[in-house]
Amino acid sequence: MITRDARGVPSVVRFARMLQFVCGGSVTRTDTEKMLVRGNEAIAMGAIDSGCLLFFGYPITPQNEIPEYLSKHLPAMGGEFIQAESEIASINLLLGASATGARAMTSSSSPGISLMQEGISYFAGSELPVVIVNISRSGPGLGGISPSQGDYFQATRGGGHGDYRVIVLAPSTVQEMYDLTCLAFDLSDKYRNPVVILGDALLGQMKEPLLRGGYHKMELPPKDWALTGAEGRQPRKIKSLYLQEGELTEHNWKLHQKYERMKKEDVHFESLRTEDAQLVIVAFGSMSRVSRTAVELARREGMKVGLFRPITLFPYPEKVLFSLSQVVKSFLTVELNTGQMVEDVRLSVGRDAEVYFYGKPPGSLPSPEEVLEEIKKYMA
Amino acid sequence: MLCALCPLRVLEVSMELVFKRPECLIDVPFHFCPGCHHGIGHRLVAEAIDYFKIREKTIGVASVGCSVFMYDYFNIDVLEAPHGRASAVASGVKRARKDRIVFTIQGDGDLGAIGIAEGIHTANRGENITLIFANNGIYGMTGGQMAPTTLLGQKTTTSPYGRDFTYDGYPIRMAEMLATLEGSAFVARVAVNNPANLMKAKKAVRKAFQMQIEEMGFAFVEILMACPTNWKMTALEANRRVGEEMIPYFPLGILKERKMADYL
Repeated sequence: MITRDARGVPSVVRFARMLQFVCGGSVTRTDTEKMLVRGNEAIAMGAIDSGCLLFFGYPITPQNEIPEYLSKHLPAMGGEFIQAESEIASINLLLGASATGARAMTSSSSPGISLMQEGISYFAGSELPVVIVNISRSGPGLGGISPSQGDYFQATRGGGHGDYRVIVLAPSTVQEMYDLTCLAFDLSDKYRNPVVILGDALLGQMKEPLLRGGYHKMELPPKDWALTGAEGRQPRKIKSLYLQEGELTEHNWKLHQKYERMKKEDVHFESLRTEDAQLVIVAFGSMSRVSRTAVELARREGMKVGLFRPITLFPYPEKVLFSLSQVVKSFLTVELNTGQMVEDVRLSVGRDAEVYFYGKPPGSLPSPEEVLEEIKKYMA
Repeated sequence: MLCALCPLRVLEVSMELVFKRPECLIDVPFHFCPGCHHGIGHRLVAEAIDYFKIREKTIGVASVGCSVFMYDYFNIDVLEAPHGRASAVASGVKRARKDRIVFTIQGDGDLGAIGIAEGIHTANRGENITLIFANNGIYGMTGGQMAPTTLLGQKTTTSPYGRDFTYDGYPIRMAEMLATLEGSAFVARVAVNNPANLMKAKKAVRKAFQMQIEEMGFAFVEILMACPTNWKMTALEANRRVGEEMIPYFPLGILKERKMADYL
C-alpha cells in the first residue's frame, strides 16, 4: 500500500531515503560550494551533508536558524523534523532514532541543554551516538542571550548524572561550525557516544564565507548494535540498567576505557606562534578570535606572545599543553566567564608554569585591546 | 495410515496443541509478583505480535517501572527509555524507521505523572505507534507510593491516610484525556480481571497493533491491572478490587476508533 504523509511524500520514497542513510548509504557531499552564511546555518548544512536527516528540537534563542533551516530542507529530502514539546522530549526522540542506527541531531541553548542532561546521560550509558549543538547563552537561570562560555563545566564534565564524558568540540569560525559538525557525526559513531558542539551567539549569528562540502568521512565500524527488528538474527537490547552483581562495574570500566581512547586518538587543537613565545594565551571558541587579534597586536609591539586553542574541550589537549609548558612558563587563559577552562589549563601544565586568568562575565565582550593590556601585565 | 498386517484403515489420533507460549515471548518465568496482571499484559502484546507475524520487524521500548525488564521477556529488539520518556523514545524509533512496528508499555507513574507531557504530545502528533498503558494505580517498583491514578481514599505508602483530593488531586483518566486529541486514532480501556474482559482486552490490543500496521496513527490501550503486593491484598482480593473499585472510576470500552487515516 502506498500511502502519503501529511506533506504528500509517498511512503515508499520515505522508506527508500531512510534505508539509504540507515544502511550508511553515501550521502556525504564531495563537491564544494562557496557561500556566505551564518554560523548556525553552517551547522545545519554540515548535518545534512553528514547524512543526518533527523532533527528534533525546541525553539530557543540564539540557535533558531538551525531548526528553521532544517525544518525547511529535511522533509523534502525524506527526513524528519519534529518541533518537540520540550528539550526533554527532543533528546528522548533522538534516543529512539539513534538506537535504529540513524544519524540524528538536536540543537539548543544553555537552559535547553540543561533539560537534556538526563537524556544525555542515558545516551552515554546506552552507548548511543548523537550530536548535540549548544549555541550557549548566558546564565545562570534565564540569564540572557548574549555570548557566554559559562557552559564549559557542564559540557566537559559530563553534565548529567553518573561517571561519563561527552566529546566537546569548540568551533571558532563559520567554516569550523560546518567542519566540526561533520566531524561530530563521525566521532559520535566511532565511539558510540554523544558529541556536543559548544558555540555561542557570536559564532552562531555572524556571517562568514563557507566552503561547503569536501569533508572526508572517517572509516567507521558497522552499526551491528542497531535495533532494526530481529529479522534473521538474535534480538538486540540497548539499555543502561545493570543490576546484576559486577555488571555495572564492568560497564563503567568499559566506558572509562573508551574515554581514554578518545584522549589518545581524537585530541584537536591549534597553536599559533607558540614556538618562540614567552607567554601563551589559552582560549577557545569566540574568545580565541579576540585573543588572536590581541596576539597580533602584541607581536606588532615586539612581545613574544602565542595562542593555544583547544578545539576538543573533551578530550582536553592536556599532553600538548604539558609539553608546551616545558618551554613556555607563562599562560594566560582568556574566557567569557569568571574562570572555568582555567582549571583544565592549571591541571595540564607543569608545576613551574604560571597560569593567569582574564575573564568577563556575560554582558560585554572584551576587546583585543583589553586582552593586550592584560598581556602587558605579565610581559613586563 | 494403513496397518501393514491388517487391511483395515487405522485412524490416527492427532493431538493438536491448542495453547502454547507465544513465539514472541522468551521461555523464562516473569519476575512479576503472584497475582500481578503485568504478565497477562505482556502476553496479550506478544499474542498480537504473533498474530500479525511481525516479530522480526517489531521494536519495543521499555519504560521505567515494573515493565522495565521487557527486554528479558520479549523475543524482539528492545530499547530502554528514561523514566516517563517511553512514548517520546518510541516516536523517535518510529520516525527513523517507519517500516517497523513500534510499541511501548508504560505504567501509570511513567505516563500519568513524569511523562504526561510526552504522552499527550505523542498522541497529539498522531505518532504511528502503539502505547499500552499499564494502570494499577500505584508505584509498583519503588514500593507502593501514590500514583496519579491512585483512587480517592486509597492508602499507599505516601498517602497513608488515603488519597485526599484537597491535598493530592484526583485520579487522572488518561484514556479519556487522550481520546480528546485529534491525533489519537484508537483509544480503549480494558481489564483482565475475568475471562470476558480478557477476551475484549485481547481484541483491543490486537486492534492497537492493526491501527499501526494500517498507518492510522496513535493507538492507545489502557489495561487496568492488579498489584496485590502493593495493594497489600491476596491475588484474589486484588483481582476482585479491579472490578469493584477500579472499573467504576475507570469505565471500560473503546473511547475512540478512527476508521480511515486522515490523509488518505
